Amino acid sequence: MAVTEKDIQESKRVYKEKYGFADPEQAIYKAPKGLDPERVIEISRMKNEPEWMLEFRLKSLEIFNKKPVPEWGADLSHIPFDDLSYFVRTTEKQGTTWEDVPDYIKDTFDKLGIPEAERKFLAGVSAQYESEVVYHSIQKDLEAKGVIFLSTEEGLEQHPELFRQYFGTVIPSADNKFAAMNGAFWSGGSFVYVPKGVQVTIPLQAYFRINAEQMGQFERTLIIVDEGAYVHYVEGCTAPVYSTDSFHSGVIEIIVKKNARCRYTTIQNWSTNVYNLVTQRSAVYEGGVMEWVDANLGSSITMKYPSVYLMEPGAKGDILSIAYAGDGQVLDAGGKAVHVAPNTSSKIISKSISQHGGRTSFRGLLKIYKGAESAKSAMRCDALILDSASRSDTYPTIEIEEEQVNLGHEAVVSRIGEDQLFYLMSRGLSESEAAGMIVSGFIEPIVKELPMEYAVEMNRLIQLQMDKAVG
Amino acid sequence: MATEQPFFQIDDLHVEIEENQILRGVDLSVKRGEIHAIMGPNGSGKSTLAHTLMGHPSYEATAGQVLYNGEDILERDPNDRAKLGIFLAFQYPLAIPGVSTLNFLRTSLKAVKQEEISAREFRRHLLDKMDMLKINREFAGRYLNDGFSGGEKKRMEILQMAVLEPQLAILDEIDSGLDIDAIRAVGEGISSIMHPDMSIVIITHYPRILHYVKPDYVHIMVDGEIRQSGGFELAEELEAKGYDVLLKEVMVASTQTQQA
Repeated sequence: MAVTEKDIQESKRVYKEKYGFADPEQAIYKAPKGLDPERVIEISRMKNEPEWMLEFRLKSLEIFNKKPVPEWGADLSHIPFDDLSYFVRTTEKQGTTWEDVPDYIKDTFDKLGIPEAERKFLAGVSAQYESEVVYHSIQKDLEAKGVIFLSTEEGLEQHPELFRQYFGTVIPSADNKFAAMNGAFWSGGSFVYVPKGVQVTIPLQAYFRINAEQMGQFERTLIIVDEGAYVHYVEGCTAPVYSTDSFHSGVIEIIVKKNARCRYTTIQNWSTNVYNLVTQRSAVYEGGVMEWVDANLGSSITMKYPSVYLMEPGAKGDILSIAYAGDGQVLDAGGKAVHVAPNTSSKIISKSISQHGGRTSFRGLLKIYKGAESAKSAMRCDALILDSASRSDTYPTIEIEEEQVNLGHEAVVSRIGEDQLFYLMSRGLSESEAAGMIVSGFIEPIVKELPMEYAVEMNRLIQLQMDKAVG
Repeated sequence: MATEQPFFQIDDLHVEIEENQILRGVDLSVKRGEIHAIMGPNGSGKSTLAHTLMGHPSYEATAGQVLYNGEDILERDPNDRAKLGIFLAFQYPLAIPGVSTLNFLRTSLKAVKQEEISAREFRRHLLDKMDMLKINREFAGRYLNDGFSGGEKKRMEILQMAVLEPQLAILDEIDSGLDIDAIRAVGEGISSIMHPDMSIVIITHYPRILHYVKPDYVHIMVDGEIRQSGGFELAEELEAKGYDVLLKEVMVASTQTQQA
């Protein structure tokens, strides 16, 4: 009844076929490898940036060089920093129709189903291929209401004041080594502004694709949701299967103003040769609501802890996290909630699955500052371990400076039991179908938070990751 | 009528769990349409027999065979046995949080029948069976056995049996832990599902359920063996005397047989 090497190879084969195909590299510019300041200057020059941004980049590189590689969490000592190319341009101009996009790139996104999803259920799409956004669109009526959805470079160019007012304010480069790295090399990502009171009821989606071998992708996203407004932003990511490592290090900053609400959903399905180290954080103001829905299925190593900083009374933050770690994967995920003001509330809920020798770690931080009276917080992590070769760990940290608070914390680690499998198998299900059913039930409380199309996709991806060798 | 061959036959079955011998040579022969009750005190091996017949991996058959339509099924996985038409109602059904009863049973029926069934068609099928068994339709959307009471779980086992329509149903202590009203509900449910081509092996400690599911044969199991077999009157005798007295009489009788 054990999982065989054959099952593992099969699930890898399926990924390769569906997402892991590679196009021949046709970059019009690929930066020489390495972290030289010359590279940073070159990127800034190619993007025609204002002087302040070049300074920001160079300063960030300095910070990056000074900060050591973190020694907590996953083992990052093998990242091939000097073998990566930090900027790859594939087209001179960004398309606003798919016809504007080079054919081979359009084919890739067709295979991934992006134009189809756009027609069916999205308010806007941004598609990034290597280092830059190659296509973006937004529904006309949203544009008429003043909603801005652009690549980050366009945001800087077209809305310089708004951009500069918020850029780097939620996550300064000094925050951590990889935020600094992103500060130096950032390219692509989205700039979103939703004006006061505007409700964007269907999602905006960004899709990230790494195609080149041994490259670093550094998307930088800035989302500002003005008072009383609402937006749901979804990101997805995949890459070809290579034997060499690639690197993805995003920075996502979100400002949720008074009584506004933002939901940010990630479905991360990088191939298992991608390091995925992302910093994402939201500052939430009076009565605002931030919801992170963070699903991490791919990558070799992921370290990612979406955060909410609850800055003013009544601010609320929810973090829902799903992680799946299979053969050779380390998924170190969770969330952080920082309460600065009274009557703020937060919830961190994590579900992780480890199988085929994979390893998941939950890392949660709850910090309540003095003066954040009547803050409420609940942290819960459930880990499901599918076989004896796999592992899961829990690292909650709770720092409380205020006395009048209401806290809950719960951690449950379970293994799929022989009796549970036997019960389902006695009803005709094969062992892998039985395990698949238990897993999809396990993640159901989070999956049901996703829009229907993504919920279906999510269940399909999880089943694909598991050992469904029978096609 | 010519003597019909038994379609389900257990010959000299020996079973171990972690090297402890539990069953020491069980024989049983079941024809289509028959109901057999296996009764016995706690620890006699009744549940071990049920688990072994369905193929639980912890139970190792060390000797004997279990023939289903003439084929020895002991090497088959539980899901294959389900596809052959065997069903086990669990004494302790397990909860599967996050999976609705409806989705679970549709997946299960597709697997057992090995054919597609549309969501709409299945829903109809399920609701019919729920109405027949007087189970609230609201249970279709609830997570399988999650937070159900003991009685609700047992009734859901009967519902599963009704939906999957097995040829052979093994009911492991389907009455344990139930009050008399729940026993009646479960018992009436079973008899409403029973049809002439279906066979039932009902394993129980108490005779009460047998008033609703009246067995053709009653077997008393002690120490991993069937010590005595008879008709329904054996269950009645057991009800009147209790295990202690009945078993003593059985022992005396067998000692006398040996001395004779």
